[in-house]
Amino acid sequence: MSVVPISYYLVLSAVLFGMGAVAVVFKRNIITIFMAIELMLNAVNLAFVAFARAWNQLDGLVFVFFVIVVAAAEAAVGLAIVITIVQNRQTLNVERVNLLKL
Amino acid sequence: MSLPFILFFAFAVIAVAGALLLILAREPIHSALSLVLVMISLAALYLLLGAEFIAAVQIIVYAGAVMVLFVFVIMLLNAGMEERTNWSSIAKYAGVPLGVFLLLELAHWMARAGPGVGIANGAARAANTAVSTRALSALLFQKYLFPFEATSILILIAVLGALVLAKRDE
Repeated sequence: MSVVPISYYLVLSAVLFGMGAVAVVFKRNIITIFMAIELMLNAVNLAFVAFARAWNQLDGLVFVFFVIVVAAAEAAVGLAIVITIVQNRQTLNVERVNLLKL
Repeated sequence: MSLPFILFFAFAVIAVAGALLLILAREPIHSALSLVLVMISLAALYLLLGAEFIAAVQIIVYAGAVMVLFVFVIMLLNAGMEERTNWSSIAKYAGVPLGVFLLLELAHWMARAGPGVGIANGAARAANTAVSTRALSALLFQKYLFPFEATSILILIAVLGALVLAKRDE
């Protein structure tokens, strides 16, 4: 049989999640950091779909649906926060948003 | 090498290249477009896994709505080149190895065929994908009806929150 093993999808998911985590740590632009979070959510979704396929259970797909809904809500609120930060501090650089920093 | 393998590797390479581009690009708009690339190739992988509905939702909601919102905000704020700051020595000497370690360890544990995965690789492929959307909707509107309704409240609250946050104080 010529079906791709589930573990391949899981490794791809792990690689994408790791790259998203690296981007969150290293990027300085607050919008790019948000996009990296979306990348990590996508990686988790891929693992959910792969496991749903592996176990032949559709519950995983329902969870992916909910993750997508929550991600959309998070993007709306997060970008509103970004706009507020830019209005107040005139910068997108997270290094300069340091009011609570020691 | 058979067609599913070729398709998997093609879209996996596109997805990883897009993620790499997201990290390396200095303009936020380039990062956004490479993230769209990742999302579209992930939708293709969902199709390969037999999840048509999720693939369609991925394209419509993620690559469509969410990324348009991101691009809109990037344009609105006129986000230009990212300022590079010098990495602190902790980030350079501890962060990079730890990040690579996290990635390798996740990949290692996921590549090991666990008790379920090995069985499932043999058994699950006979699943009838043609009815999966119908079965998914039955599941969503029966077993998960209450969470589904709760998400509508969540979306409403998110819209209200975004409105309150983005409103300028007079």
